[in-house]
This record gives sequence, structure tokens and C-alpha cells, in this order.
Amino acid sequence: MSIASPAEISRQPLPKVLKDRYFATRLDTVVTVTFGLVVLWLLWSFFEWAVLHAYFDPANRDACVQSEGACWAVVTARWRIVLFGLYPFEEQWRSALACVTIVITTILSCLPWFWSALRLALLWVAGFAVFYILMRGGMLGLAPVGERDWGGLALTLFIFAAVVLIGMPLSVIFALLRRSELPWISRTMGLVIDIVRSLPLLTIMFAFAVVLPFATPDWMNGQQLYRVIVGYAIFFACYQAEIIRGGIQSLPAGQEEAAKALGLGYWQRVGHIVLPQAFRNALPPTINQVVITFKETSLVTIIGFFDILASGRAASGTGEWSFATIEIYVFVALIFFVFVFSLSRYGAYLERRLRVGAR
Amino acid sequence: MPAILKNSRLRNQFLQAAFVGGLVLLVLLMVLTARENLAAQGLTSGFGFLERTTGWRISFSLIDYSTSSTYARAIWIGLLNSLFLGALSLPIATMLGIAVGVMRTSGNGMAELLGTIYVEIFRNVPLILQLFFWYTILLTLPSPRNAEPLLGSIALTGRGIYILGLNVSGGSVLAAAVILLAAAAVSLWAGKMRWARADRAQIRREKTVLWAAAGALVLVALWLGRFPETPLLTLPEARGLNFDGGIRISPELMACIIAISIYGGAYIAEIIRSGFNAVPRGMYEAGHALGLSGFQIFSRIRLPLAIRIVMPTLINQYVWLFKATTIGIAISFADFFMVISTSINQSGQTLELIGILMGGFLVINYTLAWVLNRVNDAIALRGTQLRM
Repeated sequence: MSIASPAEISRQPLPKVLKDRYFATRLDTVVTVTFGLVVLWLLWSFFEWAVLHAYFDPANRDACVQSEGACWAVVTARWRIVLFGLYPFEEQWRSALACVTIVITTILSCLPWFWSALRLALLWVAGFAVFYILMRGGMLGLAPVGERDWGGLALTLFIFAAVVLIGMPLSVIFALLRRSELPWISRTMGLVIDIVRSLPLLTIMFAFAVVLPFATPDWMNGQQLYRVIVGYAIFFACYQAEIIRGGIQSLPAGQEEAAKALGLGYWQRVGHIVLPQAFRNALPPTINQVVITFKETSLVTIIGFFDILASGRAASGTGEWSFATIEIYVFVALIFFVFVFSLSRYGAYLERRLRVGAR
Repeated sequence: MPAILKNSRLRNQFLQAAFVGGLVLLVLLMVLTARENLAAQGLTSGFGFLERTTGWRISFSLIDYSTSSTYARAIWIGLLNSLFLGALSLPIATMLGIAVGVMRTSGNGMAELLGTIYVEIFRNVPLILQLFFWYTILLTLPSPRNAEPLLGSIALTGRGIYILGLNVSGGSVLAAAVILLAAAAVSLWAGKMRWARADRAQIRREKTVLWAAAGALVLVALWLGRFPETPLLTLPEARGLNFDGGIRISPELMACIIAISIYGGAYIAEIIRSGFNAVPRGMYEAGHALGLSGFQIFSRIRLPLAIRIVMPTLINQYVWLFKATTIGIAISFADFFMVISTSINQSGQTLELIGILMGGFLVINYTLAWVLNRVNDAIALRGTQLRM
């Protein structure tokens, strides 16, 4: 099999590419033909199921039940429930606008111009405030809608944004405590981080949602949703702290020593020398962690929140559409895929960019 | 500035004491509040409840269980189920991951395309969504009455998957598994010694003897554990509305295995791929120059080196995947977490059960990491092998 790298190959003329990449040896030809048939078969069966034999109009429900193909009618009929959950029908434009706000905030924070702690913090606090005012209402002439009625995509994005917003500063604190020169502080923090990291996220959410109210006085309890968010944020911070610590450790020791020699104090060293470089080093794994965090927000379904997965299940849960669960899952998966895939592509792009910069 | 803040040693000690003390105080306060709250509900704290009978059912268990079994036994079953699920899914995920990792670095465009489609689809959709998806698909399989066993031994039905099995006791299967694991450990250990010794042919003979002995022991264990007066092999046979004989794998367990294997496989594939890419090209060019065949280069140079390079990352991935098995609760697979949360609901012994849950996961994760790290040490390149 050929060992030339894809980048070298793409510059060569097509017949040569075909020969090198697909038909280099007899084994290659067999592999290409077999896998080619598998790919074609997969694509064709998906196309047949999703397009050819599919129904899109809710009026065709009965035809759907008989059909071999997908019943996208369930999505046409129920997409509002999937996206907005139990949010009041007339107010759902607010929920949609709130989702757009978070998406725009995320896109903006991908622009290098925003890459300073102050600008990022301002951007996210502003974006989050707009989101919250839109969703919660009760001011600016918007009717109030309690958190209990939030659902669907908006709730998923809310949990995700809140977790990252609380977790990111927390992770810096954790990482600094973990790196502390005082042995008892660094050891205790290390122990806490290790324990949290060895527990599954689900058990932590469960503990914060169900068990914590027993262990804290009533005034501290607040709503279950916020308890879960705090629990998730701590979990995120413990993972992110280790990533930042890795970023700090990859810095040459001379950096901090030079800063010390110049007479900079602890906060000056950390704020101007260590953390900016550590974050740069830790950017690819950080984005990876953010991607995982977004995916795992769907675990709140199990605790009983009405996020996009739960609202999707509810949309097909009633008798009328219960045969079309698969279609709903594919629809929800597609939404997740769009978010997660674009984020992770962006991460891969950054990684390449950083590698070029470091050369 | 007060004098105490100027003395850096005193200040440091004060800071440390405040940090650790504050944390301990927080935990202590929470435990005390919880005890008070639980006592107000008439619950006595302590682990005495473990001896009480549960009174509820568990849908899947590897050992005997009834509603009159104790809480301790129920928790033990949950733990076994979690381990069982992990022991089945992690190896499948690994094999899938290696296969796809090889495909994505093979240099063949079509194989890379197929591998990329797999990885991108399954890595970018939440695990729990995939679990629901597979579970729904498994439940829509035909009912046992309409299912036709494939080759007379495997029946895919909406009430579970029936495969052929051995009529032997669980204990003897466990013994067989232990024997095989021990043989693998000894063989690995012998491999560790290998580079110091020159006589490879002798080592190969020793290994053959070792595996033959292990195989014989396994057969003996299974033979001793067989149920009397039944044939050794049991096949699924349609009987009335259901299947009789064979081993039934419940849709819940099957969905968990499929979801975790496929999701984990996508992650492991990426790790393996990075490992293959990290093997210096000179290594297999040297193989070419020595006249090794393509397969020899793969099996003797690329794969062993790639596995060794990615082993630390893989270990983290395994620990992470094992933690992911807790999502079984979403489709009521009776894993460790599900049994604990049911116990909390039923007995109210919240603190103790959360303690057991945390302790259980700490022990499992650290054991898993420890064992895998020993494996890592055993296969690590050393001395003259390290010239890369």
C-alpha cells in the first residue's frame, strides 16, 4: 500500500491519484471495490429510506405506518415540541431567538479578536444575559416564563452555556490551587479533582439533583435545574483544570523564573505570563472538552429534565406517532451533529493553525 | 499591613490550614445536616440496612437473586452487571477501534472514506441518544413467534437475542475466564523477559505448552461445571410464544453493548490512528528494505509500535468508557448506579449508599487504571528497543 501522504497526493494529476490511492496493488483494488460497494449500499439504503419512500406531510400519517421509508411527517408535525418543549406556544419566538443568541455568541468567541480574557468574559456575560432575559421574561414587556417550562434546544443550550460559563473560571482557580507551591493546598485539590474525575457525570448530576437537598440548609438549595448546572460545572472544572495544568506544565520553567527575576508578583506572573500561554497550549484539548460537555448535557434527560432529547422522546411518545421514534432520534441526532461537528472541525482547524504558528 | 501577613512562612501555613480546614468543615457540615434531616424522617444511619431484604426485582443478574435477597446482594449484583457490561463492550470497542484505525491510515482512499464516515457519525452524536436509538431498533425486531433462528443458533427477536450456549454453571465459566486471563498474564510476563533471552524458538515452544495447558484446564473446568443429564450444547428452539434453550441476551443489555462498543470504537479508532501516524516512517521503510511483506510490516512493526505509543491515552479512554456504562439506567439496565439509585428510593439510606457508589467507582477505576498501567509497563519498549 502506498505511503505517500494525502497532501502530496492531492497535488498530483487525477489518474495517478486514482492509481496510488485506490488501485496501487491487487489487494488495494479488492479493498477499494469491496468498501466502495459497502459505501454505495449504505448511501443507497439511507437515500431510499430517508427520501424515496419517505413521507413529509402529516396528513399522510396512515400511509407512513405502512411505508418502508422514513416518516418525516412526525418532524413536520412536532418540530415545535422538539425544539421548544413546553415553552408557551405564542412565546416560542423568544426561545428561538435565545438559541440564535447563544449560537452567535459561540461563533463570535471563535474569532481571534475576542481572544482575551476580558473580551471573552464580556461577550459571554452579555450573550448569556440576553439569552436569560429572552427566556425568563418578566421585564421589557415580555411575559414571565418560569424555568420549569423551558425545554428543547433552548434548555440544552442554556445548560451548556451556564456550565461552561461557571466552569471555565472555576477551572482556572482549580488549576492554580492544584499547582500551588503550598503542599497541603495542592495535594488536597489534587485529591478532590481525582475523586470527581473518577465518578461518572451521571452520578454527580444525580447527587446534586436528588441528594444534595438533604445535606444543605434549605436556603441554599434553589431550583433543581441550577443545582444540576452547578454540579456539572464542578465536574467540567475538574477536567478542564487538568487540561490547563497540562498547558502550564508544557511551558518552559524559564518563563516563570524570568518573571520572578524581574520582580513580578504572583498575580502578575499568572495573569500576564503563565495563563495566556497555558491557554494557547491547551486550546485543542479545551475545545475537545467543550464538545464533550455539549454532548453530555443530554444526560440530564435521565434526571428528568426536558432537554432536546427528552422533548424529542415526548414528541413521539404519544400513541399517534409512537411508531416514528427512529425518525425523531435521527432528527435530534442531526441537530447535535451540526453543533458538535462544526465545533470539532473548528478545533481541528485551530490545532493546525497553532502548529503552523509554533513552527 | 499586619505583621502576620509579612511573615511569609506563617502566612503560608495559615493559608493551608484555612483551605484544608474550610473544605473539611464544609464536608462535615453537609454530613451532619444530612444526618439530621434523615433522622427527622425516622431513618437510622449506619450500614445495618445492607442486611435487610429488598423486596424489589432486578431485571438482569448473573447470580441468584430474589425479592427476599438482601441489599448487600442487590448492590453486589449491580456491581457485577456493570463489570460484565464493561468486560463485554470494552474489548469489542477495542477491536472495532483498531479495525477502523487501520482503515483510516491504510492509504487506500475508499477504506479511509468508510472509516471517516463511521467515526464522524458516531463520535458527534451523544452516547445516550445512540443508546435509545439501538434500543428502539432492538425492540422493533420481530416477536419470538415470527423469528426464524439463523443457522439454527441465533434468533433475533424483539424480546431479546437468543444464541446457543453451554449447559454449564456460571462458576465454571468464571473459572475458565480466570484461567485464560492468567495464561495471558503469564504469556505477557514471559514476553517482557523475552528481549533478555536469545532463544526465541524455545520461548515459542513454552508459549505453545502454556496455551495448550490453559485450554485443557478450561475444558476440564467447563466439563466439571456442566449440569447433569443435559446435553452440553443448548440451542434456541421456538416453543409456543417464546424461545426455549440457548442463552437469552435481553434487549437492554444488547443495546448497552452495541451503543458503548460503537461509540467507544469511534474514539478508540481516533486514538489508534494518531498512534499509527506517530510511528516514524523510517521504521516501515526499514521493514521494506529488509524485504518484509506488507502484512509482516503491519503486524510486527506498525501495530506493536502504535499500540505502545497510544497505551497511556487508551488507558484514560477505557476508564472513561467504563464510567459511561452508567447510562444503562436510561433503559433500565440494572447496573451498579441503577441498583444504588433504586436502593436510595426504597430504603432512604442516602448517605451510606452514595458513599458505596463513590467508593465502588473509585475502586473500579483505580483498579482498571492500575492493571492497564501494569500491562503498559510490561509491553513498554526498553533499552535497545527504544531507538525510534
